[in-house]
Amino acid sequence: MPKDHGIGASSKRREDVRFLSGRGRYTDDMNLARQAYAVFLRAQVAHAKINKIDTTDAAAMPGVIRVFTAQDFSGVGGLPCGWQVTDRHGNAMLEPKHPILAEGKIRYVGEALAMIVAETEAQARDAAEAIVMDVEDLPAVVDMKAAAAGGTLVHDDIGSNLCYDWGFVEDNKAAVDEAFARADHVTTLELVNNRLAPNPMEPRVAIGDYDFSTDQHTLYTTSQNPHVIRLLMGAFVLGIPEHKLRVVAPDVGGGFGSKIFHYAEEAAVTFAAKELRRPVKWTSTRSEAFITDAHGRDHVTKIELALDKDGHFQAIRTETFANMGAYLSTFAPSVPTWLHGTLMAGNYKTPLIYVNVKAVFTNTVPVDAYRGAGRPEATFQLERVIDKAAREMGMDPVELRRKNFVQPDEFPYQTPVAVVYDTGNYQATMDKLLDIADVAGFEARRAESAEAGKLRGLGLNCYIEACGIAPSNLVGQLGARAGLYESATVRVNATGGIVVMTGSHSHGQGHETTFAQVIADMIGIAENQVEIVHGDTANTPMGMGTYGSRSLAVGGSAMVRAANKVINKAKKIAAHLLEASEADIELKDGAFSVAGTDKSVDWGSVCLAAYVPHNYPLEDLEPGLEETAFYDPSNFTYPAGAYACEVEVDPETGKVTICAFAAADDFGNVVNPMIVEGQVHGGLAQGIGQALLEGVSYDENGQLLSGSYMDYAMPRADDVPSYVVDHSCQTPCTHNPLGVKGCGEAGAIGSPPAVVNAVIDALHRGGITHVTHIDMPLTPGRVWSAIQG
Amino acid sequence: MTKVSMTVNGRSMSGDIEGRTLLVDFLRQGLGLTGTHVGCDTSQCGACVVHVDGKAVKSCTVFAADVAGAEVTTIEGMGNPDGSLGVIQQAFQDHHGLQCGFCTPGMVMSAAALLAENPKPTEAEIRHYLEGNICRCTGYHNIVKAIMAASGQDVSAVAAE
Ligand code: FES
Ligand code: FES
Repeated sequence: MPKDHGIGASSKRREDVRFLSGRGRYTDDMNLARQAYAVFLRAQVAHAKINKIDTTDAAAMPGVIRVFTAQDFSGVGGLPCGWQVTDRHGNAMLEPKHPILAEGKIRYVGEALAMIVAETEAQARDAAEAIVMDVEDLPAVVDMKAAAAGGTLVHDDIGSNLCYDWGFVEDNKAAVDEAFARADHVTTLELVNNRLAPNPMEPRVAIGDYDFSTDQHTLYTTSQNPHVIRLLMGAFVLGIPEHKLRVVAPDVGGGFGSKIFHYAEEAAVTFAAKELRRPVKWTSTRSEAFITDAHGRDHVTKIELALDKDGHFQAIRTETFANMGAYLSTFAPSVPTWLHGTLMAGNYKTPLIYVNVKAVFTNTVPVDAYRGAGRPEATFQLERVIDKAAREMGMDPVELRRKNFVQPDEFPYQTPVAVVYDTGNYQATMDKLLDIADVAGFEARRAESAEAGKLRGLGLNCYIEACGIAPSNLVGQLGARAGLYESATVRVNATGGIVVMTGSHSHGQGHETTFAQVIADMIGIAENQVEIVHGDTANTPMGMGTYGSRSLAVGGSAMVRAANKVINKAKKIAAHLLEASEADIELKDGAFSVAGTDKSVDWGSVCLAAYVPHNYPLEDLEPGLEETAFYDPSNFTYPAGAYACEVEVDPETGKVTICAFAAADDFGNVVNPMIVEGQVHGGLAQGIGQALLEGVSYDENGQLLSGSYMDYAMPRADDVPSYVVDHSCQTPCTHNPLGVKGCGEAGAIGSPPAVVNAVIDALHRGGITHVTHIDMPLTPGRVWSAIQG
Repeated sequence: MTKVSMTVNGRSMSGDIEGRTLLVDFLRQGLGLTGTHVGCDTSQCGACVVHVDGKAVKSCTVFAADVAGAEVTTIEGMGNPDGSLGVIQQAFQDHHGLQCGFCTPGMVMSAAALLAENPKPTEAEIRHYLEGNICRCTGYHNIVKAIMAASGQDVSAVAAE
């Protein structure tokens, strides 16, 4: 019987009622009294020297309150970068200043040059057009390898376009080279991990507000982590102490990483609200989102896999160019390094690994974390090169993988790339996959497709990811400039209802439902007795927010810890009320009882006693029932799984159709299966989108060619199939109290190689054996050209 | 500024607008009906879909003045008279057809228009009809399932998990 409430139940989402009835409260739904509107004048060229910005005419336009340029921000800091990477020679990465409005130079199309604040948005827009720019165009650097080679500099003052040249594990380099020299077989693959635009459906919005009577600043913003924004913007940009700055991220319409970062517009409207003593609101258009929201991926990689004659992996060596764009976005340096290099062991026992990453500045939008962040890049290259190796060596791709798996009895497993996998069972997820994907029936389906003139292919692969970022002391050593714990306050009210204030943030993940399920289960009360509050620094403890599939693993753990403190105290109160020893008190189904007796007191009575402490051990125990906990994980979590994609390729046109997609995941314990499956579905669509449709494209002058939904192909309902997903293989995480691993990114990490493997398989089965790789997105044009050779 | 009147969710509403005011802006700013969303500026995403005289319309592509006198229905008007969720809305909740909720009002309005035209659509027909509605969160699987369920059809046809 599936459970109907608590942990393990597919409880319906309580947040849905407001979203379905049009009563969500997204940032753009908010309007403050006396609000003015901000519009940003944005760079139309990718690289230019700014001689002068003349705002005289614009400032005189109807309704214009003020026009801000870089000079107005000369007294405040630039946008900070939250992660410092140290290169292979022990030097700190190059870290250029990231101004709020362009200073002296334009470095990418879309960069904010001036902010116009007016009575209406239309007036601000009209005034933006009246600003006269005197600029001298410079040649743009767009191609990463060209940028790395020198020539035109994106930032003249730092002297190079190479942000860092990172080696990992640098001490392994010589041994890796030796292993390659000895190997029986080496498979080499050069590939591109295409640049993507995250595209949460809600564009970014920021509203700054200032109360001069209390010197209080408030920023309402579309963020995945309001406390992080408060810290970064307050401490590093505007110099506002936290107690004078409140950041609110109400309902947020998706993020996928792109709403982690601190963006210039947030600081600009907060600053302007104080200057003008009026609320200032900015709403991004979609076109603006394409040229201002941090992009994702954009790696160019050469990977080599060394094998012995039986197919055992001996070593992996990679060289990657990673695009940083024009400036370092908040967590950009960590993505191609620590979130990528540490995953290069995959699900396999490869004794020697060396990863080299050259991060490069170019005249493009900053690039940062996007769903999966580094781990999709690692998985794609690894799972593609394994498929290629299997083909070259005449081995079955599944058997080759199985042979190299970390075996179920080998956990905890120390990889050669620093991380230690706590649990997993890769054979089990592979077995499950072969079953749910009906691999046995593939041949019959292929024959059917062949009759219709279509080439059918099957692509399989595994993935592993590191989630639940992260042990603070570890990431501190790796360059993080923040702690990565999470927090929760569990507040029990006098009549027994509970409010949990969490530092995690939901922007589609359903925390209001799942977190309540956990608390209800722990205490044995109804889920509707529990309310979850998130998204406002004024009423939640300092927490690092939601990304990297960390909410339940880290935020949920903090909440469990706080709830346990509450329960321990409640037991003391119950022991007093029942005149029993605390050690004998048991909590079950919402009642405290004395072991071995029929004496009990219910949850509500204990709560009431805590707040109306008439019969209460006041000398030993404070009244009240409210606890806060912080949780700093001792390790990452390692969700893993196996995915299968079946495609049909039309050899006449190159069009790829996804016929079926199956995913067998191990997320450890699962709190709400319905929500977990939904997370996988969404990730799969994004991964399929990356594989077949999506790609940010710039011309050689740095003009964005894919700047709207007309030319950036988002997956739509008829581009994707129904998915078959399974999460019944569960090896619970050993180091967090819920045994959960995280499920938000798996789909986006595991699916791109499955799609590409399937297309290559289809071509080979169809006799088109000269094609060993096609770069994503696999558009009909690219596939057709590959077929033609 | 000109005065425009229309019936919105069964009530007559009016407001002063500029000639260039889009229907979506009139609904959101003029009437405070913020359930209708704006997800793009090229008429591609469908977050803004409402019904005008019973037809699904992208409210970001029509001027408010052009629908003067029309019957407009928005997501706020899709519930039952007692305030509970209507059949399609309820199916979206039952089948987890939404995550962040941003595309959801447009999805529900499109789904309602589809079912009015085609009460028992196939999975392929649903997917095809949703061409103009982008969802970045759900991967569409559960949206398709919800619409199937709302039409009273068996959802096991949509691949089981
Ligand atoms: S807002 Fe995107 S179609 Fe109307
Ligand atoms: S639910 Fe988020 S865009 Fe559809």
